Amino acid sequence: MSIELKGISKRFGDVSAVENVSFSVGEGELVALLGPSGGGKTTVLRMIAGLEVPTSGELLVRGQVVNDLPVQARNIGFVFQGYALFKTMNVFNNIAFGLSVRKRPKSEIAERVEELLRLFQLEGLGRRYPHQLSGGQRQRVAIARALAPRPSVLLLDEPFGAVDAKVRQELRDWLVHLHDELSVTTLFVTHDQEEAMEVSNRIVIFSRGRLEQIGTPREVYEEPSNEFVARFIGVMNVLELKVQDGLARHQELSFPAHGVADGGILRLGFRPYAVQVSAETTAYSHVARLKHVYFLGVQLRLELETASGLILRARIGKEEFRRLGLVEGREVSFQIREYRILARDGEPLGQEVRALQSSANFAEGI
Amino acid sequence: MSAIVRSRPAVVSKSRRGSDESPWARRMLIGVAMLFLAIFLVLPLVNVFVQAFGEGLGAYFQALGHPDTRAAILLTFVVAVCSVGLNLLFGLTASWCIAKFQFPGRTLLLTLIDLPFSVSPVVAGLLYIVLFGRQGILGPWLDEHDIHIVFALPGIVLATIFVTFPFVARELIPLLESQGTEQEQAALALGATGWQTYWRVTLPSVKWGLLYGVMLCNARAMGEFGAVSVVSSGITGQTDTIPLRVVKLDMGIADHAAAFAVASLLAFLALVTLVLKTWLERRQNRELTLASSNLNEH
Repeated sequence: MSIELKGISKRFGDVSAVENVSFSVGEGELVALLGPSGGGKTTVLRMIAGLEVPTSGELLVRGQVVNDLPVQARNIGFVFQGYALFKTMNVFNNIAFGLSVRKRPKSEIAERVEELLRLFQLEGLGRRYPHQLSGGQRQRVAIARALAPRPSVLLLDEPFGAVDAKVRQELRDWLVHLHDELSVTTLFVTHDQEEAMEVSNRIVIFSRGRLEQIGTPREVYEEPSNEFVARFIGVMNVLELKVQDGLARHQELSFPAHGVADGGILRLGFRPYAVQVSAETTAYSHVARLKHVYFLGVQLRLELETASGLILRARIGKEEFRRLGLVEGREVSFQIREYRILARDGEPLGQEVRALQSSANFAEGI
Repeated sequence: MSAIVRSRPAVVSKSRRGSDESPWARRMLIGVAMLFLAIFLVLPLVNVFVQAFGEGLGAYFQALGHPDTRAAILLTFVVAVCSVGLNLLFGLTASWCIAKFQFPGRTLLLTLIDLPFSVSPVVAGLLYIVLFGRQGILGPWLDEHDIHIVFALPGIVLATIFVTFPFVARELIPLLESQGTEQEQAALALGATGWQTYWRVTLPSVKWGLLYGVMLCNARAMGEFGAVSVVSSGITGQTDTIPLRVVKLDMGIADHAAAFAVASLLAFLALVTLVLKTWLERRQNRELTLASSNLNEH
């Protein structure tokens, strides 16, 4: 185990930033700490680095308790959100800093820096100063600088926050390749679920200082452990239904009540891709108007509005959209293929429920 | 000069906007400001040099070579070195504490640093007399132990430190605050000790501002009259600094040419300071814009 947190909490005065968080990261893993801002993920990262001291709990790096070990002694590479390059030093000296404060021989430093400049495609930029670099170059310098003293763990705080969308994508791919090549244990903080899903082996999800779930991207997407995770990872339609006569209803929609007594409240959610749409108004049991179509490239996002004004979001492939002959503003029919009982926030989620094969599917069969 | 003035209207009409003053109003205002500067600043300065060299270079250097004058110059340098050095030490530590930490008494410290700006230098000098003078609070004890503070070098240095107190710290605090602490944290994370971080990251990022503060501090230390005159009591050849010597030559001995010769040293210092100041301000502005551009990216 490379990093292990055991019941870590952090309070800033009266404010609790992190509450009783435990998880571990294996050697060579690439892990994302994901959550909305203020969720405590950056605080966790800073505690691992030694830039903050946990209020309680144990922090282990390679089996050794490091709670009281100062930041200098932890041998950790930290990349700040704003990169925090030394602006009075050129690129070479920035990258060399970690080695020169350790009083390594000059020749060794030069060799290591050259090696990193090559690896990070920064050849020829050694004499430039940070303000003469592009955002992407600055970030690469920041990572190279953190890696120069060969840290056992690389920590990155919102590494893709400060660059534009196109560079972001490049940097993501590049971080994955870099990780494959160096296989240094890497943790990064992000608030972008797509980024976390795409880049990491595992995702640790935080909200309001608590750990909500930890798992592979597939696990947290397909088996979210609570409503927060379900809604945070990807888009989800959420309905609150009142149970009556054994059926949970919300305006036109009704679902089996799943053991909730009459008068009870049931929350359920479904992914946009679970909504099946047809241009044929009789194809499925529910009818709605196709209010808006958002073109996203390969996929399209549809906004459906039922007669009572309920808005549902659906996602559909470009090809399928064309095949179905959908037109914005027209009446369509839809059904919800699968959904999930969310119950209340924080409770474990129920298994995904397949919608009953209704007459709608029968109609499609014909 | 006239050529420049003649070419003005064309430039003005090209760049005129609705909010601009009329060309005549502009010329009037600029003219008044220039005239004011000429009468109250340039003319006296020129006069200093004219008077100083009025009796030829030989007389000039002879005036400067007088033993009492030489003693005054030496004393001024010693006082400047001591007070600038001590204020540098104080300014660096105070500005670092204030910019990087929140602690009880922080606001009080900030206010106290500004105190010398609002207290008359004469009052400052008097404070030391009241404290260390023969009739002062610590006077008898100092007398017993044969320690001389007022009417001696320590008193002059103390008074000078008092009046030059704010220069270094005041210059550094806003600079350090605008830099934030991320670069320092980065240095620590890379394994640097606190000292290494300070010397290699913190200090270089404010070096131009620091130089600027030191230079202003030095100019004031060498030129201070009020506070120093109170604590030195002007013993010729012993506790006269350059400004005291100038006044003594002019008012006491009435050797005006010699007075102006010595005064020209201070005037010359002022000019050098002015040139350095302009240059440093430019470097420092770059420092500040760099710091703020780093912040904007967050």
